[in-house]
Amino acid sequence: RFYLCTQFKNNTIADATDIISTVEFNHTGELLATGDKGGRVVIFQQEIENKNQPQFRSEYNVYSTFQSHEPEFDYLKSLEIEEKINKIRWLPQKNAAQFLLSTNDKTIKLWKISERDKRPEGYNLKEDDGRFKDPNNITSLRVPVLIPMDLMVEASPRRVFANAHTYHINSISVNSDNETYLSADDLRINLWHLEITDRSFNIVDIKPANMEELTEVITAAEFHPHQCNTFVYSSSKGTIRLCDMRVSALCDKHSKLFEEPEDPSNRSFFSEIISSISDVKFSHNGRYMMTRDYLSVKIWDLNMESRPVETYQVHEYLRSKLCSLYENDCIFDKFECCWNGNDSVVMTGSYNNFFRMFDRGQRRDVTLEASRENSKPMQVLKPRKVCAGGKRKKDEISVDSLDFNKKILHTAWHPQDNIIAVATTNNLYIFQDKVN
Amino acid sequence: MFPKGTKRKFSDSGEEPVSSGDQSPPAASSAVARTLSSSYSLQRQSLLDMSLIKLQLCHMLVEPNLCRSVLIANTVRQIQEEMTQDGTWQIMTQALAAAQCPADRLVATEVLCRQTDAAAQAGQSPKPFSVVGLEEGYHSEEVVMEGDVETEVTMSTLSPVSPQLSSASYLAGPFGMGPCWEEEEEDGECEEDEEEDSEECVSEGEEGDRDHLSEDSRTGEQVFGTFEIKHPAPPPDPALEELFSDVDPSYYDLDTVLTGMQAAPKMGPYDLLESLSSHGPTTLSSSSSCRSDLNELDHIMEIIVGS
Repeated sequence: RFYLCTQFKNNTIADATDIISTVEFNHTGELLATGDKGGRVVIFQQEIENKNQPQFRSEYNVYSTFQSHEPEFDYLKSLEIEEKINKIRWLPQKNAAQFLLSTNDKTIKLWKISERDKRPEGYNLKEDDGRFKDPNNITSLRVPVLIPMDLMVEASPRRVFANAHTYHINSISVNSDNETYLSADDLRINLWHLEITDRSFNIVDIKPANMEELTEVITAAEFHPHQCNTFVYSSSKGTIRLCDMRVSALCDKHSKLFEEPEDPSNRSFFSEIISSISDVKFSHNGRYMMTRDYLSVKIWDLNMESRPVETYQVHEYLRSKLCSLYENDCIFDKFECCWNGNDSVVMTGSYNNFFRMFDRGQRRDVTLEASRENSKPMQVLKPRKVCAGGKRKKDEISVDSLDFNKKILHTAWHPQDNIIAVATTNNLYIFQDKVN
Repeated sequence: MFPKGTKRKFSDSGEEPVSSGDQSPPAASSAVARTLSSSYSLQRQSLLDMSLIKLQLCHMLVEPNLCRSVLIANTVRQIQEEMTQDGTWQIMTQALAAAQCPADRLVATEVLCRQTDAAAQAGQSPKPFSVVGLEEGYHSEEVVMEGDVETEVTMSTLSPVSPQLSSASYLAGPFGMGPCWEEEEEDGECEEDEEEDSEECVSEGEEGDRDHLSEDSRTGEQVFGTFEIKHPAPPPDPALEELFSDVDPSYYDLDTVLTGMQAAPKMGPYDLLESLSSHGPTTLSSSSSCRSDLNELDHIMEIIVGS
């Protein structure tokens, strides 16, 4: 599988706050939203050339930019609340406007993004610039008309869901009923109604009575794509719990517990840390879910709790480097993962601006790189290879020369087409499959 | 403030024969040696030190990452449990208790005391059987470490300043309640120990278990308590003061008191962090958290000293 680099967007203005923190396509793939560390949301819109031809080319151009969250200060705890956008989730489109949820550590906001391409003209009592006319000078009556204007995209906050989380929000997920959504922090999961901002229901609470006994936190949560009563949440101990909201109001008892027994031969002091799940995603068809831990991606069949049905090693060569990665904190990096439209390929990021794709059907995998030097527009991406040890072949990169500051944590796949968005630290790359 | 050349003593310890005090029967210590691979225990020790630093230096302006803190705390607990089972935990804590006590008393009487009187410390050295227990601990550690001298890996100057931190953090106790914890441990020993023999290690082990479990509770409190109500660095915080008090003289004094005996646990932190290269390639991102943590430490120190 070769990928054409159609373009990349450079978000940097040499500003640290431009670090991209989340990437998400909407349900049609026409819009791509990114959130950054500075609390800004940038939405790109797809423009397709030669749409009717099989080899169409897509371009994503900036559609809207707005400041979603501002930094705040918690006076009770004397702590800053970062404005960094942790997650963006789109709502399915119901009318002309688009809606998305964006969240930082503490507050979720519902944004309405609407287009304005007409404006009224010909008021009787006002001039076109808004000044009021002198009533004495009005001699005739006319009907105002709407005339076309340059497209303006407006983003306005419609709901603010605040003060429901003591800990840091790591996930939000819109329910298939399009009325509710969940938000998860380290210890609790809350259920919201999109219309109601002053109340939420707590559906999972794993906070121990005595905080000193805390050994496990929630790392990610997601609603099932079709079953509005089902959601899953993952933990720092490598377990995934599937909960059914019909069973009880508080879903502390799981319906299913997914956990793979530990491989005793690989046991080390870092076993627990690398088993911590950083992301969980249901497949589009709702039959599988994928989890990402530090070294691997696992596909689980929802009907089998004992072990995953597929396991893919993302960067197994790092297993012998875990102590160094612990020292420089890289071992705590939270990589995300994503499915392609028909659930046949999964993708996740790695270090050195590498990202990996695993073709489930054909049992193939590829390592690609997102960097300006290696991606010129319309150029096919060359597969990369990391040499774990021994003799390094030409074009291979040795483990020791990997740049651990260049990490790809966020990737997204167009829901229908083979278009992917890959975020490096502060650049967004959009690649399209070369259909041939 | 930071020791220079102390790591030389580590290699010395292997060469100089133990010369003072009663020697514990070799049975117990060689049993410990047999169960522990020395390089494994070195690595484990350095991992413990690293983890403690990470836990301690997470009080920043923004709330620390709870997931990361939980994972690090679990790692520390795991190491503690293993070391307790191996019997190395109470050996180490005995050593630290002896080193700790004098410094602790000094800090208790004088806030931010930095000039630890060497003579005073020597005078306040622990009660006889603690010292004896200490000697035994030293001896057994020495047996373990002897093999290391030959297999010593190249020391890298990964973080020359961090050894000081790690030892200090040890003395502080990983979870901010070190001094009290050490004293508890010692009192327990005083009550039970009559003579040094292998049984001593066992009984202390149980004691150590109890103590380090309560210490764990303080871990949780220290680390997770911030999320309930933030603990700004409280003025009488023994942990912070331990971090900043100069503990080197105490080491040197112990060295003179217990002639020729260099405690491996004491040396461990210094050397292990410097030999971290054994854990992985040094080309891996060298902007280690140790260095960034130290900058924060300097910053904190400036604030405290400045006020």
